[in-house]
Amino acid sequence: MLATSPPAAGAAPDLLALIGFSKSFAGFTALDRVDFTLKVGEIHALLGENGAGKSTLIKAMTGVVARDAGTMRLDGIEIAPRSAEEAVRAGIATVYQEVNLAPNLSVAQNLFLGRQPTRFGLVREGEMRRRARALLAEFGLSIDIAAPLESYSVAIQHIIAIARAVDQSARVLILDEPTASLDAQEVEVLFAVMRQLKARGIGIVFVTHFLDQVYAICDRITVLRNGRLAGSAPVADLPRLDLVRLMLGRELSAATGRRPPHEARAPSTAVAAFRGLGKTGYVVPFDLTLRAGHVVGLAGLLGSGRTETVRLVFGAERADCGAAQVAGQKASIGSPREAMALGFGYCPEERKTEGIVAELTVRENIVLALQARRGALAPLSRREQDAIAAKFIRLLDIRPPDPERPIGLLSGGNQQKALLARWLATAPQLLILDEPTRGIDVGAHAEIIKLIRDLCAEGMALLVVSSELDELVTYADEVIVLRERAHVARLTGAQVEVPAILAAIAEVPSSASPPVRAA
Amino acid sequence: MALRLPRIGTSQIVALAVILLANWVVSPQFFDIRLQDGRLFGSLIDVLNRGAPVALLSIGMVLVIAMRGIDLSVGAVMAICGAIAASLADSHALPVVLAAALGAGLACGLWNGLLVAVLGIQPIVATLILMVAGRGIAQLITEGRIVTFTSPDLAFLGGGSVLGLPTPVVLTLGMMALTLAIVRGSALGLMIEATGGNPRASALAGIGTRLITVAVYMWSGLCAALAGIVASADILGADANNAGLWLELDAILAVVIGGTSLFGGRFSIILAVVGALIIQAMNTGILLSGLPPETNLVVKAVVVLAVLLAQSPRIGGHLAGLGVLFSRKKP
Amino acid sequence: MIRSLSRLTPVLATLAVFLAGFIACSLVYPNFASLRVVMNLLTDNAFLAIVAVGMTFVIISGGIDLSVGSVIGFTTVFLALAIERWGVPPLMAFVLILVICAAFGAAMGAIIQYFELPAFIVTLAGMFLARGVSFLLSTESIPITADLYAHLSEHAFRFEGGSRLTVPAMIMIAVVLAGMVLLHLTRFGANVYALGGSRQATALMGINVARTTVLIYTLSSVLAGLAGIVFSLYTSSGYSLSAVGVELDAIAAVVIGGTLLSGGYGFIFGSFLGVMIQGLIQTYISFDGMLSSWWAKIATGLLLFAFIAFQQFTLHLARRSRRAPAGVHP
Repeated sequence: MLATSPPAAGAAPDLLALIGFSKSFAGFTALDRVDFTLKVGEIHALLGENGAGKSTLIKAMTGVVARDAGTMRLDGIEIAPRSAEEAVRAGIATVYQEVNLAPNLSVAQNLFLGRQPTRFGLVREGEMRRRARALLAEFGLSIDIAAPLESYSVAIQHIIAIARAVDQSARVLILDEPTASLDAQEVEVLFAVMRQLKARGIGIVFVTHFLDQVYAICDRITVLRNGRLAGSAPVADLPRLDLVRLMLGRELSAATGRRPPHEARAPSTAVAAFRGLGKTGYVVPFDLTLRAGHVVGLAGLLGSGRTETVRLVFGAERADCGAAQVAGQKASIGSPREAMALGFGYCPEERKTEGIVAELTVRENIVLALQARRGALAPLSRREQDAIAAKFIRLLDIRPPDPERPIGLLSGGNQQKALLARWLATAPQLLILDEPTRGIDVGAHAEIIKLIRDLCAEGMALLVVSSELDELVTYADEVIVLRERAHVARLTGAQVEVPAILAAIAEVPSSASPPVRAA
Repeated sequence: MALRLPRIGTSQIVALAVILLANWVVSPQFFDIRLQDGRLFGSLIDVLNRGAPVALLSIGMVLVIAMRGIDLSVGAVMAICGAIAASLADSHALPVVLAAALGAGLACGLWNGLLVAVLGIQPIVATLILMVAGRGIAQLITEGRIVTFTSPDLAFLGGGSVLGLPTPVVLTLGMMALTLAIVRGSALGLMIEATGGNPRASALAGIGTRLITVAVYMWSGLCAALAGIVASADILGADANNAGLWLELDAILAVVIGGTSLFGGRFSIILAVVGALIIQAMNTGILLSGLPPETNLVVKAVVVLAVLLAQSPRIGGHLAGLGVLFSRKKP
Repeated sequence: MIRSLSRLTPVLATLAVFLAGFIACSLVYPNFASLRVVMNLLTDNAFLAIVAVGMTFVIISGGIDLSVGSVIGFTTVFLALAIERWGVPPLMAFVLILVICAAFGAAMGAIIQYFELPAFIVTLAGMFLARGVSFLLSTESIPITADLYAHLSEHAFRFEGGSRLTVPAMIMIAVVLAGMVLLHLTRFGANVYALGGSRQATALMGINVARTTVLIYTLSSVLAGLAGIVFSLYTSSGYSLSAVGVELDAIAAVVIGGTLLSGGYGFIFGSFLGVMIQGLIQTYISFDGMLSSWWAKIATGLLLFAFIAFQQFTLHLARRSRRAPAGVHP
């Protein structure tokens, strides 16, 4: 594992230093003694998968959540902001992916909200506009500052948010996934602004999941994994493959041994096949074939288009091109209902917002999809519901084994099992699982992996999104690697190995400009 | 949001019992019931009878609120349907009268449902339109007069009795039973609770949320129509200006007292009706006690506030029942 | 320039509706187009316009205030009792009632803010409370005979031809102008818009959301109290059943004036025009003599629907073009 390398002699002085940051929520450790150092004029990439602790770290250093332990020094002086407002006053400003400005206000009002120049209590509109124009001119932006913010692209909104932060004398600027919804040209504009801020000595924490961007602009990389510091190094010392390994790599656990090779098996019938399925600005068109008794894994970094792919397959998002064939018949899938009628099931990644209905009982959550497919007028009797709930509680070992408990009171792993039960109750031909083992305890991991294998053996087709590569290779027959919303590699049979997947994820796309500082 | 364990409604029932007892204290003959000409009379029967319109409204409203909606138009729909029933009563047979009035209620509900489910307008805004225009439409039907009728058939729905119980009470019980049968007998109840609890998850689980939304507003319109018919039949006429005036607020209050959250999810039809009875029992109690009837609104305000504070995300849903109890001691 | 015009579209639409309505009325009734009619419009709807100004602030911030009608009723009863029965000097009574209203509004705002409750239901409780208390004070209509009232109702700018700009109308115009200044030219006004745009973002920008929310409801209640004063001047009496349902008229006026009910967009001047359109409908009906009053409600409902549908449509367009390149606007 990579150690934190000591600062080079004569390097820029430390601007911000976090020592031993810890935070846990209701027994779940989100941050575990994380250290982080930002230098003057440094662009510092903060990387990690979902749940690695990036956003908790950002929230803890800007006072949005209270940390359990840890100290923070800005310019050597200890600070402890208790709110975003206090952090801004101390000199630490954050620009979120969802730009946190008022979309309906003018650009000028957004830049100066709460600190507009006034005379006799009245806002000096002319003066404010003059200052707004001057401020944006510093960033090479010449736009109508009287227009509402929402009339501009997200890229411009980001720059406006950055300008507001910098104008409030920010020393440290945290950019939380600013590039997630920008196109290449817009990213360049943003980078120009970032370089300019760097030249002014402002330290930038840059959260992104695009590796090219990390190598194009960053000086240093810090990687978090499972709430811990996985490593921190100058960009030049951390080649792509090592970086990806740092982000995704995990010690293989003995509990999940490798599944026997399946080359011997004859290719089974296709349950569903998609040709050129895609949506502009969402996922680049792809081909995908799902077979009975076959697991297709989707691998890639966060934001690479894995979730987007499965949402198109399930009809949760409407594709604007491509064709689908289900059981040999041409099919159109425009909504989850239509997908379900074809025998599809989908466990989304966002368990709380898209999966469980927290206040309903375990039983009600389990029967929900089956009931929806049967229609409101063909209710399952209470006895049938009880039987289904009891069967899956036993089969999946859902705890506590009480079907009448509100599901929101269960642990994450048991909620996940209940959601799996919801779809298994519909006896699907194709089951789509998006990060089935995210945010659940270790014991439940092994159980869910075993379940995936069993379902596969029973002849179900599975499409699984997972960041747990070492787990993925133990059950997948085929792994599709995604990068920047496109399917870039397809590994089958013996090729399904962690190093091969990592290499495909880390590969420099030929079309992109070469990274500036890659070793 | 705080998780609520399955409710059994003890607090609402206890609250109702406390109020009834209080009424008995101020008026010892409160529980006296006598049979006269085959019909029961007494203060308790009065509470049921007078509470019928709001109880009917609350049956529809509880479903709408469980879906994270609200229906402000029910008072105006009452006026429209009452006006239709009264104007047709003397010239048409009862089935025609009822079909016209109930059909109008369904149409009003369809309008609301389409605005919410198809045009995507916030429920409070969408139903505001009919709340404003509906009373005008009702006045248009009655041509601004108080339309009276003599049809004994329709009058029976307001003043008659079935097996000793006043017809409005029987109709309310019937509507409650029918709604319970439809909602709990089918999977609609589960789907409504799931959609109100988590609309995104429910849509991904394959529930047709749009259709259910429209259906629920239509049902609310139907309940309002029945309430309008009962109100008209009761006074042998239709007063488009005052029929159902502000009753939408009482219905919402009844639903909230019945423990259904304004943020949607779990609901109880029976407890919403109990909520309506609580409101009516309070009104009757204040009348009986000799306190000025004007006290009523103040008491209601205090009840709303107490229930709200108990339901507040800050305080947590667990106190919901207590809130109802405490507020009871004020009058 | 084009861009700021497009923001004004809803208000311009309202203005066009008003002018078209006025011209249509004038064509039907030649003596409609007179200064007297205009002055009467201003006087008769003064209290509604004052309430609508407060409601505009509330709705732009993303809230709603159902209590205003009851607050007007309470104010008239309180004034009548204070002046006639308790012997409080009228001006003193005015100050007192405005302070009471301010406290009432602040309390509602605080409950909405600190208990995270929907404004709709909190102000509904406020509506019950204010109406109930005014019932408790008195259920009779109490005439106010104080000299000040007689003076104020006599006092007016007189124009040739006998039309008068009355004190209520003057107060109303002052409130509308002050409201425009407060909403469009102060930091507080910008915060109100920001709240309606995104409550969370406003908080993250360091704006004191709690203080702003409490102030908004305080303002609304104070203006409702002022409207109550104007109403009592207009009727020279206090009655607990006065101004029932005014909250609906005010909300309708605000929406017809082009303010988005979900918050974030709107103009005081639009609300003023919305009130005037409603007044115009009433005036037309009274000119006609044959036409019945319910047409006013139906027409208001239709206008509401038209404006809400129009807003929904423009919102839809705006969402579709969100990814439009820089410089392009919806």
